[in-house]
Amino acid sequence: MGMTMSEKILARASGRERVRPGDLVLAKIDFAMGHDLTIPPAGRIMREEMGADRVWDPERVAVVQDHFQPAKDAASAALGRLTREFAREMGVSWYFEVGQGGICHTVLPERGLVLPGELVVGADSHSCTYGALNCFATGIGSTDLACVLALGELWFRVPESLKLVYHHRLGPWVEAKDLILHVIGLLGVDGARYRAMEHTGEALGWIDMEGRLTMTNMAIEAGAKNAIMACDEVTEAYLRGRARRPYTPVRSDPDAGYERVIEVDAERVPITLARPMSPADTAPIDAVAGTRLDQVFIGSCTNSRIGDLRRAARVLEGRRVAPWVRLIVTPSSHEVALQAEREGLIRVFLEAGAAWTTATCGACLGGHQGVLGEGEVCLSTTNRNFPGRMGDPGALVYLASPVVAAASAVAGEIVHPAEVVGEPVSA
Amino acid sequence: MNATGPGSIRLRGRAWRFGDDVDTDQIIPARYAIYSLDERRLGEHAMEGVPGVGPGWAQRVRPGDVIVAGSNFGCGSSREIAPIAIRGAGIACVVAASFARIFFRNAINLGYPIVQSPAAAAAVEEGDEVEVDLEAGVVRDLTTGREHPAEPFPPFMTELMRTGGLVPWVRRRLEERRQGVG
Repeated sequence: MGMTMSEKILARASGRERVRPGDLVLAKIDFAMGHDLTIPPAGRIMREEMGADRVWDPERVAVVQDHFQPAKDAASAALGRLTREFAREMGVSWYFEVGQGGICHTVLPERGLVLPGELVVGADSHSCTYGALNCFATGIGSTDLACVLALGELWFRVPESLKLVYHHRLGPWVEAKDLILHVIGLLGVDGARYRAMEHTGEALGWIDMEGRLTMTNMAIEAGAKNAIMACDEVTEAYLRGRARRPYTPVRSDPDAGYERVIEVDAERVPITLARPMSPADTAPIDAVAGTRLDQVFIGSCTNSRIGDLRRAARVLEGRRVAPWVRLIVTPSSHEVALQAEREGLIRVFLEAGAAWTTATCGACLGGHQGVLGEGEVCLSTTNRNFPGRMGDPGALVYLASPVVAAASAVAGEIVHPAEVVGEPVSA
Repeated sequence: MNATGPGSIRLRGRAWRFGDDVDTDQIIPARYAIYSLDERRLGEHAMEGVPGVGPGWAQRVRPGDVIVAGSNFGCGSSREIAPIAIRGAGIACVVAASFARIFFRNAINLGYPIVQSPAAAAAVEEGDEVEVDLEAGVVRDLTTGREHPAEPFPPFMTELMRTGGLVPWVRRRLEERRQGVG
């Protein structure tokens, strides 16, 4: 039997001819990432408990100030400082300060730091995002990260693979976000637990790299270890002029083994939202239209890249956010913010009555700049809506695409964007 | 590890029941991540994000008590403060029908005992006195007298958990490298 892309990467990284699901391997890491919540404990464990005085390869480590930065209070300033000092003392090549980076999962792909065929780990659960670039990428904890920083290697159990095949093409108004929410609804929040999710099929050919990153980003919401896509023209075009190292893409063998193959007709996927309190409690827009909103949040590593902001701005252009609703727009990186400025998008948001913030994880994890209070209802372009994720456990969070978010901010309630705009918008 | 006697790995305490899909933001709400380096303070807020539980839960825990939960325990974030907060609250062990993978990894890496037992998750009730025998792989409900099998983990993981987690393992490996055998 052949191997899947995920198996090939783990085999290569562990110096084996082949691996099978269930095998435990010790694998060499190509790139590692930590941020202001995970570097302080990882740095302490690495130096004080493990006794290592330097990182295995400063060229292959990124440290990003994103979660509670710019510091939301004195305690997070202390974490930011520990993060900064660690990066400096270790001579880390890829340190992203406030105002120069943004959210880790947007920054690493946009700087060409995570590449096809590589084994990438990040001390953040949404590190699975990078798999859209044909790498095996997964989230780890701080002790894991300390091990990687000290040794450049880590233990893995080779996951079984689920193959998702997307036929045809997404319909008007329907985005990558709707597709992945639809899939999580099919699988459930643990439907892909410990598994590799391999996304394939002709529908992907129509989805740009940003949309693909949205899809792989949410693999963890179905419990998956990683998500991965093949390297095609879209991938190569994205990496041109960006990639920091030479790379070797991997392809799944035609006779690779899958635990399950799930076929999805992309054409029939409706605009899909997740209802409170689970990303898997999905519903077509008709079922939730009319829900009154207190806050709309366009942000996060899931849906706040430049294309997302362009589409949201097209919806908002010449319109106003409804009274009694606050729309918060948080670009996912400094690059994205700069591009939005060049294109005049920030002006569109401001004129529509939106609050524009600096690039940060911010409201997504109930950190700052948009924390929800008890009983408040929010529609968010983020990835997770478990109780308390964005603030009070009694707040209700719906997950949706940026166009649905923008249109709903104008309407003051969840609405089909066609009712606000008429014609579908594109980036 | 709170061993009850020399050589044995038996943990005994009262059971605290939780349902399915308890995510890391319920185990320790993200706002407490500012205490990432302070296990005691994290412990004070453990499980308070679970709807219907709220602040003060940790103060009712007696050291050695056990969490018995449903499936997919610890889903959500990769933040290692989730198992650390539970440990900080005095919980000796988590028994669940299944674990989300990063929580699972983090617990193993910390050398913190977790037990996968769908049978115990289905039968044990809040307040039951339970004994978790890590060696024998069973959860004994001393209140009902029933014994529930645990699902075995791969030997490497059991060994990591037994030997104190990933830290001593990395120390050994660094030492081997220094001596040029790694």
